[in-house]
Amino acid sequence: MLRKTGIAALAALSLSTGGAFAAGAEGHIEDVAFSFEGPFGKFDQVQLQRGLKVYTQVCAACHGMQYVPLRTLADEGGPQLPADQMRAYAAQFEVFDPELDDYRPGKPTDHFPKVTSADAPDLSLMAKKRAGFHGPYGTGISQLVNGMGGPEYIYSLMTGYQDPPECAPDDMEGSYNVAFTAGGFPEECKDAHGGHTVPGSWIAMGQPLWGDDVEYDDGTEATLEQQSKDVAAFLMWAAEPKMMARKQAGLTGVIFLTVLSVLLYLTNKRIWAPVKHRKI
Amino acid sequence: MSGIPHDHYEPKTGAEKWLHSRLPIVGLLYDTIMIPTPKNLNWMWIWGIVLTFCLVLQIVTGIILVMHYTPHVDLAFASVEHIMRNVNGGHFIRYLHMNGASLFFVAVYLHIFRGLYYGSYKAPREVTWIIGMLIYLMMMGTAFMGYVLPWGQMSFWGATVITGLFGAIPFIGEPIQTWLLGGPAVDNATLNRFFSLHYLLPFVIAALVALHIWAFHTTGNNNPTGVDVRRTSKAEAEKDTVPFWPYFVIKDLFALAVIMVVFFAIVGFMPNYLGHPDNYIEANPLVTPAHIVPEWYFLPFYAILRAFTSDVWVVMFASWITGGIIDAKFFGVLAMFGAIAVMALAPWLDTSSVRSGRYRPMFKWWFALLCVDFVVLMWAGAMPAEPPYSTISLIGSAYWFAYFLVILPLLGVIEKPEPQPATIEEDFDAHYGPAKTPAE
Repeated sequence: MLRKTGIAALAALSLSTGGAFAAGAEGHIEDVAFSFEGPFGKFDQVQLQRGLKVYTQVCAACHGMQYVPLRTLADEGGPQLPADQMRAYAAQFEVFDPELDDYRPGKPTDHFPKVTSADAPDLSLMAKKRAGFHGPYGTGISQLVNGMGGPEYIYSLMTGYQDPPECAPDDMEGSYNVAFTAGGFPEECKDAHGGHTVPGSWIAMGQPLWGDDVEYDDGTEATLEQQSKDVAAFLMWAAEPKMMARKQAGLTGVIFLTVLSVLLYLTNKRIWAPVKHRKI
Repeated sequence: MSGIPHDHYEPKTGAEKWLHSRLPIVGLLYDTIMIPTPKNLNWMWIWGIVLTFCLVLQIVTGIILVMHYTPHVDLAFASVEHIMRNVNGGHFIRYLHMNGASLFFVAVYLHIFRGLYYGSYKAPREVTWIIGMLIYLMMMGTAFMGYVLPWGQMSFWGATVITGLFGAIPFIGEPIQTWLLGGPAVDNATLNRFFSLHYLLPFVIAALVALHIWAFHTTGNNNPTGVDVRRTSKAEAEKDTVPFWPYFVIKDLFALAVIMVVFFAIVGFMPNYLGHPDNYIEANPLVTPAHIVPEWYFLPFYAILRAFTSDVWVVMFASWITGGIIDAKFFGVLAMFGAIAVMALAPWLDTSSVRSGRYRPMFKWWFALLCVDFVVLMWAGAMPAEPPYSTISLIGSAYWFAYFLVILPLLGVIEKPEPQPATIEEDFDAHYGPAKTPAE
């Protein structure tokens, strides 16, 4: 019994201690039910197309996406633009071609542009690199149970802009955001022990989405929340374009290996029966 | 091969005899796969197969990844994204490799703690144990260097922190650190040598695994009772053992298949759960991450490394007696490597004549506490180095050393062991009942 307890404790540790723990002040992260959560979750193709529009018309003004090849916009399991639309989309970018020693329209094999302004981070992997809130108490339960991750962070950041709290001085640089923890924080808003009295911090990026920033082709109302969700979903796809193929492969593996386990269990039982003095 | 009497390979056909007189490789394989194995082995004896599988998995997936990876500071991160986006099946191969490392360490920790509980390290298996510890050290080195290759933020800063440990060695630390890095800081030279060694060490591990297997095939397996297999005659040995094939091969493969179900679920559905999100940010020497945290499997020893701060009395004492040569940083490094060293010395620290913890009433409790201690240290290692976590780390580290250096030697003297079964057959029949008809 004791031995089993020890073993169980050891076995549990692999799940209970993810390598990633966010320590210190946590921002306010909303849990959003995205279509791609869970083992069977899939990207919503129409949502990805809406998100692409938000990215193109709003985010792309400052943010690049250098690791995402333009051709993948037409790939299965993504926004899946028709080939001609994808080509037209690619052609809107001016790409420098060293062979021509000149600029030319973008081709499907080109990538989205690199970051054009120094302080705007590349968005290719944003949905994966901002997944580090393993709450509560570093256990990773919110990530495991609710599927909280980078897309929730992006949604919360987009909708987290608020009027600065009363304690903040008027000359505080940046915008106050309740989801953002890595920014500046005024001394006036700290308590005697240096703890934060208000959530979030001040972010250099001004509020990018307000509602009705884009006009959706499918007639969906472009509220702040809707656009934030759509762009978060799109960026999740940009960060993990093979997610659906991966889940499919994982599921196939699980099913195949479960069958194999049953067969091996029965084989094992049968060959051991004489040794254990049992009838087959 | 083992000292246990059993049937040996007899070449029958002309071709077999021809080969056997020139290279007895079939005989070697036959003796290895047919080794008499105690029939009472429980489910904790499956991890060896899982570990062997992990080594093969990591080598195979690793070789494929190398075909598409570029070890250069400007290109490494992008080449990993290339694998994730453009290489057919590359995303799955990479996630298998990434999570394969975690499975490897889950298995190795369970394997080590199995050995610690059932006294598998005791005579005559000390050499098996020592080789196992070397394999574990090699695994840690390989995993650490592999984690640097994607050239993310945690790769870079992890490499900076860990190589900095060598810088803590008095007098010669800095030259050693520079020599390891190939320059004054983590840079392209570091990435290239880590890549080179990350490819080399798995094959060294494979060779050590062969020695590990050779060593325990010479002594025979331990078993949950710790009682030796009877060796006076083949008939007696056969009452205690069954051949490895097919009995344990099938049992171990069944266990491996079940573990693979869980493994594929993690790779397929949550491949980044055990990783650190910051490693999806390209390495930037100008931006230090808020918290530099190693992978989960290093956390217990990372906690020990950080536990000994300059305000702990043993550190102050060590510093005073050496005239300041041993400072808190160096003490931490010594403690971390010492924590593994004391584990390696367990065969000589454990004074009990009883092998298996099953018959040691007091040992059981101290061992259970060691398991808890390991988990607590792992958790504390992930937390920031501030109270109360620093105190918890210190208590946990103290117990780790106390277990090996004080409790194991003392228990052998003061503990009164429970009666052990005379034979493995007796233990086995106690579970499954004696044969109803006389065995032929």
